[in-house]
Amino acid sequence: MADNVDDDSQYRIKEGDYVVLKRGDIFKAMQIQPRKKVIFEKQWFHLDNAVGHLYSTTFEIVSGGTLQPQTLKDPESSNDAKEAGTDNRNIVDDGKSQKLTRDDIETLKEKGLKDQEIIQQLIENSSTFRDKTKYAQDKYIKKKKKKYGNTVTILKPSCRILAMMYHGREPGKICHLRYDTLAQMLTLANIHAGSKVLVFETCAGLVLGAVMERMGGYGSVIQMYPGGGPVRAGVESFGFAAHFHDMLHEFPICHVNALLAGTLDTTAKDPSADEKQSNMTAEEEQNQPEAEQQGSPEEQSMETNTGNDTDQDQEKKEKEKRKEAKAQEKKVKLEEKRKKLAAAASLLEGRNADGLVIASRFHPCPVLMGLLKFLSPSRPFVVYSQYKEPLIECYTKLKEHGGTVNLRLTDTWLRHYQVLPNRTHPLLLMSGGGGYLLSGTTVATERSKPAGSQRAEEPAPKRLKLTDTEG
Amino acid sequence: MSFVEYSDFIQDGDIAIIYLGHDSTMPVKVQQGAQTQTRYGVIRHSTDLIGQRYGSKVTCSKGGWVHVLHPTPELWTVSLPHRTQILYTTDIATVTMMLELKPGSVVCESGTGSGSLSHAILRTIAPTGHLHTVEFHQQRAEKVAEEFKEHRVDHLVTVRNQDVCKDGFGVTGVADAVFLDIPSPWEAVGHAKAAMKKQGGRVCSFSPCIEQVQRTCEALADQGFEEISTMEVLLRVHDVRTVTLPLPDFGPDPSARPDITEEAPPTSAPNHASVALKTTTPPREIPGHTGYLTFATKPRT
Repeated sequence: MADNVDDDSQYRIKEGDYVVLKRGDIFKAMQIQPRKKVIFEKQWFHLDNAVGHLYSTTFEIVSGGTLQPQTLKDPESSNDAKEAGTDNRNIVDDGKSQKLTRDDIETLKEKGLKDQEIIQQLIENSSTFRDKTKYAQDKYIKKKKKKYGNTVTILKPSCRILAMMYHGREPGKICHLRYDTLAQMLTLANIHAGSKVLVFETCAGLVLGAVMERMGGYGSVIQMYPGGGPVRAGVESFGFAAHFHDMLHEFPICHVNALLAGTLDTTAKDPSADEKQSNMTAEEEQNQPEAEQQGSPEEQSMETNTGNDTDQDQEKKEKEKRKEAKAQEKKVKLEEKRKKLAAAASLLEGRNADGLVIASRFHPCPVLMGLLKFLSPSRPFVVYSQYKEPLIECYTKLKEHGGTVNLRLTDTWLRHYQVLPNRTHPLLLMSGGGGYLLSGTTVATERSKPAGSQRAEEPAPKRLKLTDTEG
Repeated sequence: MSFVEYSDFIQDGDIAIIYLGHDSTMPVKVQQGAQTQTRYGVIRHSTDLIGQRYGSKVTCSKGGWVHVLHPTPELWTVSLPHRTQILYTTDIATVTMMLELKPGSVVCESGTGSGSLSHAILRTIAPTGHLHTVEFHQQRAEKVAEEFKEHRVDHLVTVRNQDVCKDGFGVTGVADAVFLDIPSPWEAVGHAKAAMKKQGGRVCSFSPCIEQVQRTCEALADQGFEEISTMEVLLRVHDVRTVTLPLPDFGPDPSARPDITEEAPPTSAPNHASVALKTTTPPREIPGHTGYLTFATKPRT
């Protein structure tokens, strides 16, 4: 089990890899492309030099935007302060404590000084630094490091990192789903290798990617998508191995009713083709029947041989060839789409999915009621919503409808701590909210509904005691 | 049935979870001929369970009914026999994500305790990962090993009965992640580092007291761990209710037309109008603290 083989190849950064850049608590996902200019935290550089290095290496950005592995360990604890004050009784804020001007600092930067050297200069030119307490000195250095930092760490993407990145950078894109809430979803839905999971999300593909990571390429995921096609930008960022995509299926939510009614036709022409005309140009449409009338390749070649060789003719033929190729390509694409739809439909038809995860900007109620029908009994489901009220509605509806137990409407409260000798306390800022979850388990539905649930879980509203105080 | 694989029908030897209603569950070991007593009457395994579909409703002898559910680590957590204080799903979920666990991960854990977290880890790292769990209390180690066998996950886990602070995890250079839930985690940080892959990995320590956290963070920093971060996650449950708010009676208003108040559920006094609305109420008491979770990254060595 121990891999004594010293094989680092999978730990090295390769061209084309999806990576995450990190500085402090700031993350940014991207793909390594040759000679591509990258802007991160107001600095630009190229990632070419990072190729071949190990993941989690910290690089310095040197002039010209090239990266080189950091040589010095940062002076985190180098402040074995020669001198420090005990309190701030004699520190006056006159705005003159720093002798370096803004221009001086710019000059230092242009000289290509390392951030640590710049900070050293700032300290040496600060008249109050020596009088500050040791803690205040630490804080000063930390603040300056944040400002003049010119290092970047390159990480391998993971659900943890990407969920934190999205929540920090683009919370709107993921419906303000906080990373601890995402963690609850994956656990409450019992996402694991080998199951068949339905996902409906409009979180840029982050939730889908998280589910796929937890399944490790075993089992199948069916992404139900609204509109013209699934959004998977977030999935890309995970940089999954090719075989992970073999387990990923997609099914348009607009065909759910047809599938449930058994009227979905995936054998003949893709019925969605007619609906997908929005992404065909009118010209293409006109060409379509023509293209289909174009005969077999033999006929084609005969045609081309009988033609005379004027330029015009040539051009015409070229045009026709191009048209032909285009039509062919479209046919293949349509056929592929049809096959995909058929594959997803056959997975859904058994109505024996093992889990359901919903996190979207849509009202969760119809989505949940529609998709629950595809689950086997005794399987978990979880619905995320940025707001509590729609989940109250879901809860009420499920209670009326039956077919589920163990319903819980929850959210989580998350607090980070600063833990330092003699300076331990909760962080001064915390997230206001990371959304709400409704989770539960499906059970076998009965043919006849029981007359009056035996154990209503919602206590009956208390009868109002009204004391008449009038007259 | 297995804790890492769903199956549709209940078989002899399975562990099934009996759902008795609101937040009340009990685990049952299914055995031909056995009976289980519940407050709704008796369940006869041979007729009521074996061969039935998971998720079915079972009518008990007294006419009451229960649902039989397929076991999951989350249902196990709320129904397992406590031999120690356990970790609950909220913390487990956070730990699983922040340790970056996935199929194939190799994980070290100590102490095993009642096995609440262990089951969740096994579910996540199956089918190709492995859990090395260390428990210094001999009976507990034996009991949990027996449970892993019953739950058909023993091929994914090695239980060692030793003191992690003295003897470590019994493996070196193999783990992607280490989890510590012991009274003095700072004494095990060095062993955690030794157990981990040279390429690096993630570590987590769970402690109820901040002093434990401080010592652990210091030890982690001394051992060269990076990205040290401490957090606390609490679950809030919202009970869905219909509440009725009475409207005050200001007496007859001569200027108004005959007033049209919303008639909510008819109350005992018809002349007192009220409004009904769906809302949620917090439970009267909720856990205010479970423990601090400290995470860190072991860099490449």
